[in-house]
Amino acid sequence: MLNLPAFPAKFLIFVNKNTHTKNRFMKPRSLVDIGNYGKDDILRILKSAAKFKANPNRDYLQGKVCATLFFEPSTRTRLSFETAVNRLRGRIVGFSDAATSSSSKGESLKDTIMMVSNYTDLIIMRHHLEGSARYASEISPVPIINAGDGANQHPTQTLLDLFTIYETQGTLENLTITIVGDLKYGRAVHSLIQGLAHFRPTFHFVAPEELKIPDKYKQFCDKLAIRYREFSDFSPEAINSVDILYMTRVQRERFTDLMEYEKVKNVYVLHNDMLADSKPNLKVLHPLPRVKEISQDVDDNPKAYYFQQAKNGMFTRQAVICDLLGIEVE
Amino acid sequence: MKKELQVAALQNGTSIDHIPSDQVFKVVSLLQLDKLGNPITIGSNLTSKKMGKKGIIKIADKFFREDEINRIALVAPNVNLNIIKEYEVVDKKNVALPDTIIDIVKCNNPKCITNNEPMPTRFDVIDKEKVKLRCHYCEIRIEKEDIILK
Repeated sequence: MLNLPAFPAKFLIFVNKNTHTKNRFMKPRSLVDIGNYGKDDILRILKSAAKFKANPNRDYLQGKVCATLFFEPSTRTRLSFETAVNRLRGRIVGFSDAATSSSSKGESLKDTIMMVSNYTDLIIMRHHLEGSARYASEISPVPIINAGDGANQHPTQTLLDLFTIYETQGTLENLTITIVGDLKYGRAVHSLIQGLAHFRPTFHFVAPEELKIPDKYKQFCDKLAIRYREFSDFSPEAINSVDILYMTRVQRERFTDLMEYEKVKNVYVLHNDMLADSKPNLKVLHPLPRVKEISQDVDDNPKAYYFQQAKNGMFTRQAVICDLLGIEVE
Repeated sequence: MKKELQVAALQNGTSIDHIPSDQVFKVVSLLQLDKLGNPITIGSNLTSKKMGKKGIIKIADKFFREDEINRIALVAPNVNLNIIKEYEVVDKKNVALPDTIIDIVKCNNPKCITNNEPMPTRFDVIDKEKVKLRCHYCEIRIEKEDIILK
């Protein structure tokens, strides 16, 4: 039998490689839901995203490994996270499709997260099941970034939207935002309302009857004394007086009545001539992918900002990653 | 004339009266009475002036903790729960909905992680009066009439 020397109790301190975690019993901070981020948190991330936009290539993640666990396929989000890590000199492990992971063999999410957290400093995950990221954040000893959990939350989308609004308007305070399209199911829309709620916005909601903004978001606005108007027509009134025009896709599969879809499918489409009388500071945003809701002739208008918005995703994600790992951005 | 009891009197223990008849066996299950070895009397479809029909459960020599009692608030919020000692009511307790309900209710969203992973469910009670719940994980809201127990 091996006789090992007794280890003095004072040395039995768990040292976690994560700088935010003092010991194994303390949960690291994760980004699961934009509702958990207050005004100061949002402004801190935006400030650091601006620094990354000025200089994206830094070595803050040297020696760190990040996991991208994409149980559901995604192009833009995964590539922008992976580029963000690469530009910070971090390493990436992970998968881009659940079929190539152990979940296809029936492994539970818990076991996958516990296993991957043994190897990595941070986990970025997208999963088709709603609430999966929150559950992962409760069991993981390393920070979790929710890159989308079904129709529920996609908080880095909201942060990049907020960064883009801030960048184009010079402020987030007292802006008027028109949101067009699928306001019932669009998670980007719901999170944007939550994220902007800290900054005294006015909303114009433009949607067909079947895809109207749900009552719970109207109640949310009422409770916080946020002004809003609802429109069923995509009229000049909803465009000409606003600072941000946020377009979303009206998807055929969301309609129970396909006749209704046929009636409205061309109503919520933005054409270049509709911007003629808009405010000079107006910017058109879209979470992408765009299908037909913004016609191609808008792309060359300087007010079209959706591709720059997607690019801002990378800087915002660099900021989120560093924030969760406790890395100060100079 | 002395009124005849519909269920035999209890010497020591807990009596739960005025349970809606269709919830009696849910209360049995929520309090995990099937796992108890104590003598238990269960009455269902008994006559009640107040409710028409009601259920009664009497559990001998068993006194529940508050969190155990509160488990039944979802299905039978208006019961009379009496603590009996030597055939006398020594304490009356009210059932109260807790702020958080853990592993009692099933989430109605098939795409919720709790329906796809071996884990306890968790709901925040967002309206105690109207009994409205919100899943801690997928954030779906559930109205009283749509609540399904696990």
